[in-house]
Amino acid sequence: MKKRILAALLASATLISIAGCESTASTSTPASTGGETSTADSTAGGTESTGGDAAQDAGQYIHDITLADGEGKKLNIYAWNEDWKKQFDQYVKPHLPADVEVEFIINPNEGNAYQNKLDTDLPLNADKDANEKIDMFLFEADYATKYVDTQYTVDVKELGVTDDDISAMYQYTTDVAKDSAGALKAVSWQATPGLFAYRRDIAKDVLGTDDPEEVQAALSDWDKFEEVAQKAKDKGYFMLSGYDDTYRTFSGNATKPWVDADNNIQVPDELMAWVDQTKDYTDKGFNNKTTLWSDAWSADQAPGGKVFGFFYSTWGINFTLSANSLEKAVKDGGKEEVGNGEYGKWAVCYGPKQYFWGGTWMAAAAGTDNPKLVGSIMKEFCCNPEFGKAFAEETNDYYNDVNVMKEISSDPDYGSEFLGGQNHYALFYEIADDIVMANCTKYDQGCNEDFQSAMHDYFNGTIESKDVALNTFYGLIKAKYPDVKVPDTAIAPPAESKAE
Amino acid sequence: MAQPVAEIKPAKKKGSIGTYKKWGYIFMIPFTLAFLIFQAWPLIQTFYYSFFEYYRSFPDWIGPNFIGLENFVSLFDINELNNVFQLTLNTLIMWVAGFVPQIIISLLFAYWFTNVRLRLRCLGLFKTIIYMPNLIMAAAFSMLIFTLFSEVGPINELIKLFTGGEPFYFFNYTGSIIGVVGLMNFLMWFGNTTILLMAAMMGINESVIEAAEIDGATGSQIFWRITVPLIRPILVYVLITSLVGGLQMFDVPQVLTNGTGNPGGTTKTLIMYLNENISTSSNYGKAGAISIVIFVICAIMSLIVYYGFASDKTEREANKAAKAAIKAERKRRAE
Repeated sequence: MKKRILAALLASATLISIAGCESTASTSTPASTGGETSTADSTAGGTESTGGDAAQDAGQYIHDITLADGEGKKLNIYAWNEDWKKQFDQYVKPHLPADVEVEFIINPNEGNAYQNKLDTDLPLNADKDANEKIDMFLFEADYATKYVDTQYTVDVKELGVTDDDISAMYQYTTDVAKDSAGALKAVSWQATPGLFAYRRDIAKDVLGTDDPEEVQAALSDWDKFEEVAQKAKDKGYFMLSGYDDTYRTFSGNATKPWVDADNNIQVPDELMAWVDQTKDYTDKGFNNKTTLWSDAWSADQAPGGKVFGFFYSTWGINFTLSANSLEKAVKDGGKEEVGNGEYGKWAVCYGPKQYFWGGTWMAAAAGTDNPKLVGSIMKEFCCNPEFGKAFAEETNDYYNDVNVMKEISSDPDYGSEFLGGQNHYALFYEIADDIVMANCTKYDQGCNEDFQSAMHDYFNGTIESKDVALNTFYGLIKAKYPDVKVPDTAIAPPAESKAE
Repeated sequence: MAQPVAEIKPAKKKGSIGTYKKWGYIFMIPFTLAFLIFQAWPLIQTFYYSFFEYYRSFPDWIGPNFIGLENFVSLFDINELNNVFQLTLNTLIMWVAGFVPQIIISLLFAYWFTNVRLRLRCLGLFKTIIYMPNLIMAAAFSMLIFTLFSEVGPINELIKLFTGGEPFYFFNYTGSIIGVVGLMNFLMWFGNTTILLMAAMMGINESVIEAAEIDGATGSQIFWRITVPLIRPILVYVLITSLVGGLQMFDVPQVLTNGTGNPGGTTKTLIMYLNENISTSSNYGKAGAISIVIFVICAIMSLIVYYGFASDKTEREANKAAKAAIKAERKRRAE
């Protein structure tokens, strides 16, 4: 009997392991192992109980959305993480018709997994069953141009979004979402100027003050920044968490695109400056050697972190930093409130360089059976000043409406709880107008990601020279984008890499 | 049991074996069809497209344009960062790092578990436990190991006690990545190998070992001179399947290095490079070429292993000696 049980166990073990093999084989991209499908209930009961009173404040400005004749009852939304899903569930879903089912299909950005999913599914959209069609998808600044100038996105005018609706939006957010014929294909609810967010207690310890203006005066250019970094190091802190933290302050100001008109790759000089500076900072011990989005990087923002500050644009503060700063995470029953971890102990200043980072746009997928519904969601979420004002005050996100943000930024009564009462919109508002999103190519995400990962080995010393790291980068790009030409001279690996 | 016999009987009355023949073919149809459609045809296409430039630059498709051997030429170009030699070397090193400890431990365990004289207890429990790691999906297991060894993980918390707060970055160095990959492959597969080898060892006739003992052979002599030669076919099977699996190593290093194969592509395996080419650009030409190269490498390696290990030199010599002895004996008798 004992043997039989064992045999059964082993047999089932074999079966499971075979099944395991099959499922690994079917995930063609590594990152998509994290891909998941989350079905949201169409009843709004769940959100009301968790959203609390605050949730009702901004949500009340969203008008009830009705379903136009002939539109499907299933809304499929593609996204790369849950950030916007949370806002959607909180603010928009209670106003949707009760019989509309919303499904978010999430695939992570990393390794282009999300783009690969879109690349595969968008061309098939027209032939799919109504319930399986992509109705709406989100995309990011790093590959915005990729989908805008194709037949797979729909002119927002056809969805019912008028010129009037978008008149107050930041110019660059609409410029980047226009195709070559000038049709607007997507809208965004946010503008994304970047700031330097720092821990007040560490600033006090290092600089003797946590006042944003005085801290800004101490960090106003890279030379001063380095001086403070040295002081922070002497006190046992790190100025920055990792290698990639300053990346966007350089890439956001790049003077040429990653790929030129003849499809040659070109590394902007600004990014080589980032490489040199980061190598220098790493050797001097100014950073904690983490990489962007890693667990160690997040841990540096949590209570107990020893990092002076982080370069973050608008969304980073509400989507990432405020969640990471908590002692007790929201999912463990904690609340985003003063007293929970480092919440309320941060502040922002401009930092040494103006920049922007990221941004999320929403587009309707060509072939959708819910064009009017998607249009209504866009209008309610992105072109609704009343909602925008309450939304910005509630979430710390920077709403894409010049007038609304002007009003909040000059409101002496407004202060972000997370930032210890500081009105960060006043700072954002000053620099948001200057954002120019030129030099975009459809290769940007792959280039940024691979450039960073290739350079990490140079920073941590496992690769001796910049040129070897550049070679690695060119090799990755060659596989990812065969149509991009990489310089021939750089292909031959120097002897030192072979020796390893 | 009675029924099939009953069915066969009327057929037998016809007295023709030919009527059965067709059933064999009929029963083979589902497999043959599935094989032709889902395996043979894609394989042929892989070969075909490996001679083409064929990829996607969203939203357009480039090709298919016939380019001859260009995909293969760039793969074998030693000046390219990702050439076949470097990738195969990376893959084999990582395989060896896992296989060597695996076969040693498995042989030892299998020997102990099948040795009745040791009177080991709870064998069933041990056998189940050592098989356990293989039940977890490789990617999930890699995530677990990645978290364990990350700079904020528990292993580094221990290391920090000795280094004064400085973590060791396991995933920054080629050597430590290979070590971790080897450790994982060892943990995942030694249970499976142990069970295979046990099956082989239990097939050895106990009287052979008894005879050896009576002749005064020591434990290690019995192991090396009797057990190992007698389980050679299974050993070769284990080696070949492990080698073919090892050459196709993908999920473990992919997850541990986040798909980069860093530093500088020194931990990138053949399949990781294939995946790199197929995932974003759907480069069927280049990926097809890589698949074919992997196929050829697997075939060559398997042949080497098969002829190097399966056909035993001493066995052949023994046969020769035996034949010579028989001849000599015949001669002697004839005289």
